[in-house]
Amino acid sequence: MTLSLFVIIPLVLGVLGWVLSRRNTANARWLTLAANALNLALALVLWGAAASLYTLPGISLAGAGSPWIAQILWPWIPSLGISFSLSLDGLSLTMLTLTGLLGLMSVLASWKGITERVGFFHLNLSLVLAGVNGVFLASDLFLFAFFWELMLVPMYFLIDIWGHENRHKAAVKFFLFTQIGGLLMLVSIIGLAVVHAMQTGIWTFSSQELVGTVLSPTVSMLLMLGFFAAFAVKLPAFPFHTWLPDAHTEAPTAGSVILAGLLLKTGGYGLIRFALPLFPTSSHQIAPVAIAMAVAGIIYGGIMAFSQTDMKRVVAYTSVSHLGFVLLGIYAFTPQALSGAILQMVSHGISTGALFILVGTLQDRIHTRDLTRMGGLWKQVPRMGAAALVLAMALVGLPGLLNFVSEFLILVGTWQVSGIATVLAGVGLVMATIYSLRLFQTAFHGTPRETWKIADLSGREGAVLFILIALLIGFGLYPQPILQMVNPVVNGILGIGAGGGAL
Amino acid sequence: MSLANLVNLLPLAVIALCSLVVMLVAAFTRRLTLSFAISLIGLIVALVSVFVVWPLQPYSVSGLLSFDSFVLFGFLLIIGATIFVAVSAWAYLKRHSDEGGDFYFLLLLSALGACILAAASAFATFFLGLELMSVSLYALIGWRRDRAIGTEAAIKYLILAGVSSAFLLLGMAMIYADTGSMDLGRLSSISLSTGLVAPVGMGLLLVGVGFKLAVVPFHLWTPDVYDGAPAPVTGYIATVSKGAMIVVLVRAFAPALVGSGGVNSVASASQQPISPAFPWVFAVIAGLSMFVGNILALRENNVKRILAYSSIAHLGYILVAFLAGGTNALRAVSFYLVTYFVTTLGAFAVIAELSTESRDADLVEDFQGLAARRPWMAAALTAMLLSLAGLPLTAGFVGKFIIITAGAGAELWALAVILAVNGTISIFYYLKIISAMFRGFAEGGTVGASTPLIRVPFIAACAVAILVVAVVALGVYPSPLLSFLGTFTSNGF
Repeated sequence: MTLSLFVIIPLVLGVLGWVLSRRNTANARWLTLAANALNLALALVLWGAAASLYTLPGISLAGAGSPWIAQILWPWIPSLGISFSLSLDGLSLTMLTLTGLLGLMSVLASWKGITERVGFFHLNLSLVLAGVNGVFLASDLFLFAFFWELMLVPMYFLIDIWGHENRHKAAVKFFLFTQIGGLLMLVSIIGLAVVHAMQTGIWTFSSQELVGTVLSPTVSMLLMLGFFAAFAVKLPAFPFHTWLPDAHTEAPTAGSVILAGLLLKTGGYGLIRFALPLFPTSSHQIAPVAIAMAVAGIIYGGIMAFSQTDMKRVVAYTSVSHLGFVLLGIYAFTPQALSGAILQMVSHGISTGALFILVGTLQDRIHTRDLTRMGGLWKQVPRMGAAALVLAMALVGLPGLLNFVSEFLILVGTWQVSGIATVLAGVGLVMATIYSLRLFQTAFHGTPRETWKIADLSGREGAVLFILIALLIGFGLYPQPILQMVNPVVNGILGIGAGGGAL
Repeated sequence: MSLANLVNLLPLAVIALCSLVVMLVAAFTRRLTLSFAISLIGLIVALVSVFVVWPLQPYSVSGLLSFDSFVLFGFLLIIGATIFVAVSAWAYLKRHSDEGGDFYFLLLLSALGACILAAASAFATFFLGLELMSVSLYALIGWRRDRAIGTEAAIKYLILAGVSSAFLLLGMAMIYADTGSMDLGRLSSISLSTGLVAPVGMGLLLVGVGFKLAVVPFHLWTPDVYDGAPAPVTGYIATVSKGAMIVVLVRAFAPALVGSGGVNSVASASQQPISPAFPWVFAVIAGLSMFVGNILALRENNVKRILAYSSIAHLGYILVAFLAGGTNALRAVSFYLVTYFVTTLGAFAVIAELSTESRDADLVEDFQGLAARRPWMAAALTAMLLSLAGLPLTAGFVGKFIIITAGAGAELWALAVILAVNGTISIFYYLKIISAMFRGFAEGGTVGASTPLIRVPFIAACAVAILVVAVVALGVYPSPLLSFLGTFTSNGF
C-alpha cells in the first residue's frame, strides 16, 4: 500500500489541483507542491527505515534476506498474467527521493513563470511525476511499459504548450524518439513473456519470474536490443541523443528540470534494473559497443557544449556528456563503476536541475538565453553569479562536490576494464572544464555587452538553488548514505556476495 | 421455419421491424426527431434482444445464418455503434433542418445488412448482407445533396463498390463451379493443390472483402469517401461496415479459431500453427496496409482524411491478430475491434458536433485553439487520438499490446516489429491534430478559426462522454472485458 502512494499522491492531488484551479490558480500550485513534499517525506521515511534507523511495519532492512525493502502485488489483468506489482530496493528508493526533491524544486521554480493555464500545467507536471515514480517502482514489465509511456504525453504537453520559440518541433521530436524506443521495448517485453510461456506454460510479465527464462544467444541478443533501444534513446546515448538538445532548450524551466533530472534517469535506471539482470550474457557481449557509445557521447557532448551560444543548449549538451559517464559506468561491470553510475545519476539530476533553474531565472529577467548578449552580470546579480560558479564547478567535477565522487568512481571502475576508455573519458573531464568555465565567464564576467537592469535572486529562487547546492556539497563530502543504500543492489546485479538475484 | 427459429432471429427481426416502422412513419411525416426516437428505441430493444438469445448460442438457422458467441458479440458492436451514430447524426442533421427522417430508415437497413453479413454462413446471405449494407450506404454518403463533395463521394463509392461486388460474385461462381458448394465454411479448405479455379475464385472473393475493409491495395476510395460523407456516416462506414466484414472474415478464413482451448494457451497457438488460408496473402496485405496507411496520413491536412488513412493502418493491425490464429487471436481481434469502434466513433462524434450547417469541421485549422474554446470537446478528441495512437490510460494501449502479444505468440515477429514501427509513425499525425488543438493555449487567448459556438445537444454530449469513459476504463482496467472475450468461441460454420 505504501508504495502505491508514490503514484497515487501525485495523481490525486494533481487532478484535485486542476479542478480547484478554476477557483483560484494558487490551489494548483500549493497542491502540487504538497504532493511533491509528501512524496519526498515518504521517501525519506522509507529511507530511514531501510537504513535501520528505526523500524516500520512491513519494511524490511535493505539486504536482509530479500533484496526488496518493500513490495506490493495486486492482480490487475490476470488473464494475461499482468499484475500491479511495485517493488522497492535501494536503487528505487534513491531515485524516488530524487524525484520528490526535483519535483518540489520544479514546482517552486515555476511559481511565478507560469501565469496561464496554471491548473493544467500542474496537472501535467503531476502526471509526469506519477509516471516517473511508477517507472522507478514497477516490477511487472507490462506495468513498467505502461508507466514508461505514461510519462510521455504530459511531458509532450509541457513542452508543446508552455515551451519557448521552436517548441512544437522539439515536442514532436521528443515524442517520436522516445516512442519508437518504447515500442521496441514493448515488443521485446512481449517476446520475453512468450518465450517464457512456451517454456513453462505460464503467462507472466513479472520481471522476478522472467529473469530465469532460458534464452538462446540470438533471441537473448534481439530481445536485449529492444530494451537497449528504449533506454539508450532515453538516457540518451550517442548517437540517439539528437532529440535532447531541442527538447531541453524549448521546454519551460520546470520541464527542463524534470526532463534532465528525472526522465533521463529512467533510461539509466532501466538499463540497471532490467537490461542487465534479464540478459546478463548479451549485456556483456554488447558492453564494448556501449562503452564506445559512452565515450563518443562524453567527447561529442563536450565539444558541442563548448560551441553553443544558447545557454540552455550548453547545459543540454553537458547532459549528453555526463550521461555518457552513466552509460560507461553501467557497462564496465565493476562495483565501483556501477555505484558511480548510480551516484552520477543523482549528482547530474541535482546539478543540472539547478543549472536549468538558474538559466530559467536569468531568462525570466533578460528574456534571452543568448550568451553573446550577456557578460558582466556578476556586478548586478552577485548571488546568481555565485550559484552559477558553484554549479559550473559541479560540471567540472571539482572535489568536494558530489559530481566528483561519482565521476571518480566511474573512472576507477572502468580503469580495471578498459584503459583507453578511461583515458578518453578523462579527456572529457578536461573538456568539461573548458565549457563550464566558458559558460560562467561569458555570462558573468567580462564587460557587459548590453546593459541589463535586473534584480538578483528572490528569496524563493535563492532557497531552491541553495538547497540543491548544499546537497551537492553535503553528499560530495559524505556520499556514504547513498552508496550504502545502493550497495546491495549493485552487488546483486553483478552477482557479488550473498545479494542473490537482482530481481 | 418454426417459432424457435423466429426467436433465434430476434435481433434481426427487431431491426427489420423498426426500419419498416420508420419508413412508414416517414411516409406521413419526415420529422427527424420522431424517426430518431423510434430508431433509438428500436436499436436499444435490438441490443437487449441479443442478450435474450445469448444463452441459446451456438445455433444456426436454415443453414444460411449461424450464430455463436463471436457473431452475437459482432451484433452488440454493430447495434451499439449504430446507436452512437444515430445520436450524433441527429444532432448533426438537425442543425441543417428537422426534415429527413428517412435517414434513419437507411441507417437501420444498413445495420440490418451488417448483422446479416456478420452471421452469414453461405454465399447467399453473405452477398445479401453485404449489398443491403452497401446500397443503404450509397444514399447515406450522399445525404447532403447540397454539397458537391458528398455526391462525388457517393458516386465514387457506388462505382467502386459495384465493381468489387462483381469480383465477389465471379469469385463465388468460380468456387461453386469447382467445389460444388456455396458454403462459406468451405473457403478455408481451398488450396492450390486442388487446381486453379477455386483459388482464383478465392482471390476474386478477397478483392471484394478487401474493398470493404479498405486494406491496401483496395483502399483508394477511403479518403474521398471519408471526406465527402457527413461526419456521422463516416464514423459508421469506418466502424460498422468494416467490423461486420472482420467478423465474417474471421469465421470464414480461420475456422481453426474453433475450440475452447485455455484462455492462456500460447502453447496451442504455437504448437499447432493455426492460421488462415493463404496466410502470406494476409500477411502482405497487413504489412502494406500499416505502412501505406500511416505514411499517406503524414502529408494530409484534413482530419477526416487523416482518420481514413489511419483506419487503413488499424485494419492492418487487426489483420496481424487475425493471422496469429488460436484463441488468443480471437480475443485480440475482438478486443481491438471494441477499441477501434469506441475510439473511431468518439473521434467522428466530436467532428460531427463541431461541424457547422454549411460544412464539416475537417481541416486541422478548424481545430486550432480548440482547447481554449471548447475544452471538453478538445479533451474528448485528445483522448480518442491518444487511444488511436496507442498510449497508456487509453484502450488503444491495451489493444495494441494484446495484438502484439497474439502476433508474437504465433511467432509473427516481423509483423510485430512492423506494428511497433508504424505505431511510432502514426504518432506524428495524431500529434499534429492534438498540437493544433492546444495552440495558443498557454497564452490564454483564442487562436485560430472562429467557428461559431454550436450548442451540443445534451444527448450527443452524453454519447461522447460515454465513449470517453469507455476508452479510459478499458485502458485502465481491461480485465472484465478481456475475461468476457476470453470465453468466446467461434464454431466456424
